[in-house]
Amino acid sequence: MKNDVKNEMQITFDAISSNESFARVAVAAFASQLDPTVEELDDVKTAVSEAVTNAIIHGYGNVAGCGKRGAIRHEEKEGRPGKVDVKCMLENGVLTVTVEDQGKGIADVAKAMEPLYTTRPDLDRSGMGFAFMEAFMDDLQVESTVGVGTIVRMKKKMTSGPWISAGE
Amino acid sequence: MENYQVIDHCLMVKLPREIDHYQATYVCREADNYLLNPDVCHVVFDFEDTEFMDSSGIGILMGRYKKITPLGGKIYAINAGKQIRRILDLSGMSRLVEVL
Repeated sequence: MKNDVKNEMQITFDAISSNESFARVAVAAFASQLDPTVEELDDVKTAVSEAVTNAIIHGYGNVAGCGKRGAIRHEEKEGRPGKVDVKCMLENGVLTVTVEDQGKGIADVAKAMEPLYTTRPDLDRSGMGFAFMEAFMDDLQVESTVGVGTIVRMKKKMTSGPWISAGE
Repeated sequence: MENYQVIDHCLMVKLPREIDHYQATYVCREADNYLLNPDVCHVVFDFEDTEFMDSSGIGILMGRYKKITPLGGKIYAINAGKQIRRILDLSGMSRLVEVL
């Protein structure tokens, strides 16, 4: 792919837990056009998984999927239906991923981003989600409005792509 | 092979190929059922089949750590690949569990 070619994709899916793996695999497949290293792709998958999981379980409160395992758990009653939007852009060897929900929003973003802070210790959440996004991506921005939703923007430069040898 | 086995007071947990919140929910619930057995002192998490993990995996380890260390138990992580080790190191989990 040429250095200056901009390439975008967007997917929208239901905010259910079983879609977490779909989302990260879709983003990784799109990003693989930049010919990243295995490690870079793993980083992207982890970061996307964190952001999408946050949207589903915190934004919409949908804590368990209703996929192949079947059983609907009583906790699901607290959740509400909704969609998660994932937008990806490839430009100049940089992957930009935006994960957006129209969920309940985050009142204190700085607090939410503190490592080990979680509002759901009951779910065995580690509170490391934002810390992992920060560690595995080069740039992370979070915008949130209570009652409106949350937008997470992440960027990562893929170092191994063919644009290095593409010249001017 | 069974994903959950009790051998010599150790609960052996064979973790799934991908560990995200969806999968972790089931692992935590199953493992905790086994931890009700007073015979179980330690937990060994086997990452042999695991190709992907996010912070949900840390949640699994941390939750079990909190349950069994007050009783003198230990948590072990075995067969962790490169990416899993990075995540264990980054989260500080490798200081709390024995990574073999």
